[in-house]
This record gives sequence, structure tokens and C-alpha cells, in this order.
Amino acid sequence: MKIKVSEAIVKCLEKENVKVLFGYPGGAVLPLYEALRSSSIEHILVRQEQSAAHMASGYGRASGKVGVCLATSGPGATNLITGIATAYMDSIPLIAITGQVNSQMIGRDMFQEADISGASEPFTKHNFLVKNADELPRIIKEAFYISNSGRKGPVLIDIPKDIQNQIIDFSYPKKINIRGYKPTYNGNTRQIKKAVEYINKSKKPIICVGGGISSSDAKKELVEFVKKTKIPVVCSLMGVDSFPNDSKYFAGLLGSHGYPFINNYMNKSDLLIVIGARFADRSTSMLNKSEVTKNVIHIDIDPAEIGKNVSTKVPIVGDAKNILNSLLQYNYSINTDEWLNNIQGKRKLYKEKLLEINKTGINPRRLIKKISDNMNDEGILTADVGLNQIWSAHCFSAKKERKFMTSGGLGTMGYSLPAAIGAKIAKKECDVVSVMGDGGFQMLLGELALITEHKLGVKIIIFNNNYLGMVKELQLNAYGKDSYYGVEIGFNPDFIKLAEAYGIEGMKISKEEEIDFAVERIFKDDKPFLLECIVDSNFPSIPRLGGRQNE
Amino acid sequence: MNKRHVLSILVENYSGTLSKVAGLFSRRGYNIDTLNVAETQDPKISRITVTVTGDGYVLEQITKQLNKLINVIKITNLTECASVLRELMLVKISCTTSTRSELTQIANIFRAHIVDVSAKSITIQITGDESKNSGFLELVKPYGIIEITRTGLTAIERG
Repeated sequence: MKIKVSEAIVKCLEKENVKVLFGYPGGAVLPLYEALRSSSIEHILVRQEQSAAHMASGYGRASGKVGVCLATSGPGATNLITGIATAYMDSIPLIAITGQVNSQMIGRDMFQEADISGASEPFTKHNFLVKNADELPRIIKEAFYISNSGRKGPVLIDIPKDIQNQIIDFSYPKKINIRGYKPTYNGNTRQIKKAVEYINKSKKPIICVGGGISSSDAKKELVEFVKKTKIPVVCSLMGVDSFPNDSKYFAGLLGSHGYPFINNYMNKSDLLIVIGARFADRSTSMLNKSEVTKNVIHIDIDPAEIGKNVSTKVPIVGDAKNILNSLLQYNYSINTDEWLNNIQGKRKLYKEKLLEINKTGINPRRLIKKISDNMNDEGILTADVGLNQIWSAHCFSAKKERKFMTSGGLGTMGYSLPAAIGAKIAKKECDVVSVMGDGGFQMLLGELALITEHKLGVKIIIFNNNYLGMVKELQLNAYGKDSYYGVEIGFNPDFIKLAEAYGIEGMKISKEEEIDFAVERIFKDDKPFLLECIVDSNFPSIPRLGGRQNE
Repeated sequence: MNKRHVLSILVENYSGTLSKVAGLFSRRGYNIDTLNVAETQDPKISRITVTVTGDGYVLEQITKQLNKLINVIKITNLTECASVLRELMLVKISCTTSTRSELTQIANIFRAHIVDVSAKSITIQITGDESKNSGFLELVKPYGIIEITRTGLTAIERG
């Protein structure tokens, strides 16, 4: 079948079961948009390209598919980069398609030319610059495969405009053979046996999970494994929804902004089972590394993560789901009752402390807790970056099928709103709540328009403290009392009027007793709603002094 | 302990592959001491030979991160196995009629070749491992080295 490359691209996307594209058009993607016009794929016009990447990522995380975003050459492509980098750090599958100037003109500084395959190199799992039209179907096939297998991640395909107009003999390849890419899925049996021995010898073990559980869809297996071994589970920011938060084995969040007591218990533990987590600096900066890492079993699909941040006794490379299934074949005879009770006691105390009534204004944690209590079991909460992220991670209870989505690795402000929109488009029947600070909200607030345009019942929570609160807290911790600078937001618009201008109903609350009413209002219907909460500017990230300095 | 390692990397011969490999080194904070690259007997595959200095941790990370690149097919650490290491060097040395025969003698001892002679200089081509080439350089230094160029190590496994 002889067709234009632009039509072939659309056909390939249809073959990959793509239903929605998040994009922004421009000169270098005109042929592609012309082909899209008559296709079954829905195109969502974003207001800034960065959002297209976040939306595709949110869409992908909510649906378990690969999100696709699209931008033109030059500024369109460079705007995508922050979104792509965000997905890369969190290992989220994503396809970014960009237009490029005519292939003969590349390198001549044409209008809207940018070397996007070069620029995106550090932030993509792989990227392609299409130089030969005939290779396009293979490239798209490989891109989807690479993005959604092994350690998942974004893949960028840069397609010059003249190539989009060429005619090729189209057939979509059935098989894939990439010589240099063969991910390992099954764990080494000897290492698994060794891991079982270590587990059976341990008295105070802890399981530490990250985003790898979600990406390998291993939640059920993890629950089974924990039931069998009775080992408490802690999580990283990416792993908040990896294990039912209402389980008696769930201990909480670790790290510099985790539950402070957890870092203590990590230090006391005699075995650490790390599953699908990088164990990066934000998770481990509070730990006494040489002590904690005496006995580590590290399970990860990416061999490069093993031994990178912590030394490992038992490395197991493979897919978390398969490895947990293998581990489930063995018998375990350890008694963790006392260890578990200890941790649970501390957790209960900490939870109470989290929800103490605030002297002035709202305790944002109580609000998140209330939202969590009212949300349906498939609900999705997207948290931005900053204080709101920590409050959300601590007080949202990710149980049942719920999802907690945030930019855990790169820490991208502005992520929450577009990710929530993407998630809502994927899962219209689920409650989707987007939590932000007044700072992060204003980064990509143009996307509010999409909520009204596409009738998306996204619920928006803005914690307004007139400061970039997390940075302020870091400054105060690092340089002492009153030493904050550049973090005061001198003027904020009237967020309720702003919402109204975008066709979204809103409400502002500033007192504790208004929380119940407001949250009931939010979940009354499936229409979009914006709730602005006035928060004291000194309200800390975690109950004891936040930040790394004081721990 | 820091050691010099010679890595032989087989890659798929696509445009941009070299920049992906080189970019990974700088991005992750590793220094490349020497690098050379050319096609193999299969035009679809190129071989990149790099020498890097680092301890066990650095070497492990480099190898693992390189393996993650989709276009990298295979990595061999040639320092760990029996292998032949060679580097080609061209040295232009200042030379008068009175020193020409001395330099010719030195070149012969090192099994080097004289590839160019002019009134004021002589250019010698020498092949060997790094220590031989460096030894040669030490010896001719007093005559005045005008310019040198060296390819960096290339290497192949024995047998």
C-alpha cells in the first residue's frame, strides 16, 4: 500500500491502539496534522507544549498505556523537554513526536529549527531522527516497544517535514529485533534462593518499594508476598500507591521528607528488601548508610540501578512481578510481630501528630485526609512539587485501586494540573484531584481551559500561603531565622474569579470548620471545581522541623 | 583503586550513536582518555574503543550505563582479558643534516618508519602500545618535538 509518511504515522499510531494525542501544531507538522484530520485519534490541543508531555504521562500512568504527545519543531520541541525529563526520571512510558525542518536544511539554522534529538538525549530512553522515509514504520514500532518494556521511559521521534510528505510502501512490522536491547525479566534462581535465606535469617526486615511496582503491575504479588512474610513496607514518593496504605503492614514514606520515625527504623533494620526503587538521595539522605546497607536485597529491572546508590548483598535483575512470584514459591518462617507492632505504634502516634488542629488557618493535611476519606476506590490524586507534595503523600491513603501521581524524581512544579487532566481523560469514571500550591498552579494554569473545553470533572485544590513554601523552609533550615529571599509571591490573582473566568466553579476557605463542607461540595457532582485553601505561611512540610538539616 | 581500562564497544552504525556514547560519559561525569571509532567487517556495526580511568565502581557504572544505550550491542573490557593493544603515532621532530642519522637509528630500534623528511624536520610513524610510544617520545624529546598526533588505543582480543 503506497501512502504518505504522514498517513503512515497515523496508521502506526492506530495500530499501537493510540486513542488520544496531546499536541500543539506548527509549520513542521502540517502534513501530520492533515493526516490526523481524517483519523479516529482524538487530538487534544494543549496551551503549552510542556503540558502535552505531562498530560501524556498522566494519561499513561492512569491507563497503563503509552501516552503520546506531539509538537512542532524548534520551540514546540524544546518546550516538551521538561515534560519528557519529568517522565524520564520517573520511568514513565511516553512517546514524543516532533516535527523537524526539511532534512536537507538541517544544520542551517532555519526558522524554528532546534536539534531536539541532541537536546533530548540526556532525558530520553532512546530517540530517533528519521532520515529515511522507509524506516518510519520500524522506528515507530521500536519506539513503542522500547518505551513500554524493560525500565520504561520516554522515546522521542523527530520527523523532518519533507519526510512526512514522501510516499512509502507501507506495512507495519510484526516483529521486533533490536540487537542491543534485550531486557531481563526473570530473576536469577540462585540469587532468589539466596534472598530467601537472607529473609529467613532476618529479625528486623523492611521492604522498601518504589515506582517499579506500578510499572510492572506487581501490586497484587507484593501484597501476597507481604502477607506471607509479614514484613513491614515503606515506600518512596513514587511508591506511595505501590502498597495498600490501609494495610497493617504499611509503615509509610521514607526519606528526607518522609515519616521521621521510619528513617530510625531503617537504621535499626537488619535486612532491606528494595523492590523497584532507585534508593536515591532524597530517600536515603537521612540514613546511616553504612549500617543500613549491611544486608540489602535489591530487585530492579535496570541492572545499572543495582549497586549505584547502595551496595547490595543480593542483586536480582528482573521484573518485580516475576521475581515476587518466584519468591512466593518458598516458605518463610520469621517472626516479625514485635518489630511490626513497634512500627505500627509509632505510625499511629505520628498520624495523630499529623492531624493536630492548627492554631491559625487550615491544617492542609486534614484537608487531604478528608479528600482521601471521600474519594472513590479508583480515585487518582496528582500532587505538585513543594509542601503540597509532602502533605499529600503523608495524608492521602492510597488504598484499593487508587493512584498517587507526582513528579518524584525531577520535582517539576506545574506537573499536577496537566497530569490530572491527562488522567481524567484516560479514566473519566474516576475521581481525579489535582493538589497544588499557589506557586505551582501558576506555572501551567492556561490548561484550566481544557477542563471546561472537554468537560472534565477535575477537582483542583490550591494551598495558598503566598510563598514558595518548600524553598522558604529550606532557606530557613539552611541559613537560620528570617533568612528567606525571593520566595514571597508579591501578588496573587483572585483564584476564584480566575476559575470563574475559565468556567469553573470555585470556593475559598480559610477555617478548619469549613473543611467538611467544602470537601462534601467537591464530591457532590462530577463537575470541575476549584477549592482555594488559605494556609499559614509557616506551616511546615513534616511535623518535626522539615528539611534535611534538622534531621 | 583507579586503573586504566580499555573498553571495546560494538554499536549499531546509526547516525548519532557516537554522540550518544560520548555524551553518556560526560553526562555521568566520567573522563574519556582516548577514543577511536570505525566500521567493522559488517558495515552495520562499528567498534568504539575507549580508554577510561576509574575504580571498580566507576567501571561497573560505565559498563552498565553503556549497556542501557539501545544501540550498544556488546562491551568487552580488554584490560581483563589477553588482548593486543596498539596505538599509531606520527611525530614531527626538528632535525638537521647532523642529527638525521641519529634519529634514523632511534627509529630503527623502535621499528618505526620515517614517512617524511624536509630540510628542518623529520616525521616518524610509530606503532605500539602506549608505553613503547611514550618511551620513544622521551628519547626524541631533546631533538625538539614540533608536533605529534596519536590515534589513541585500539585493541583486539587474542585468539
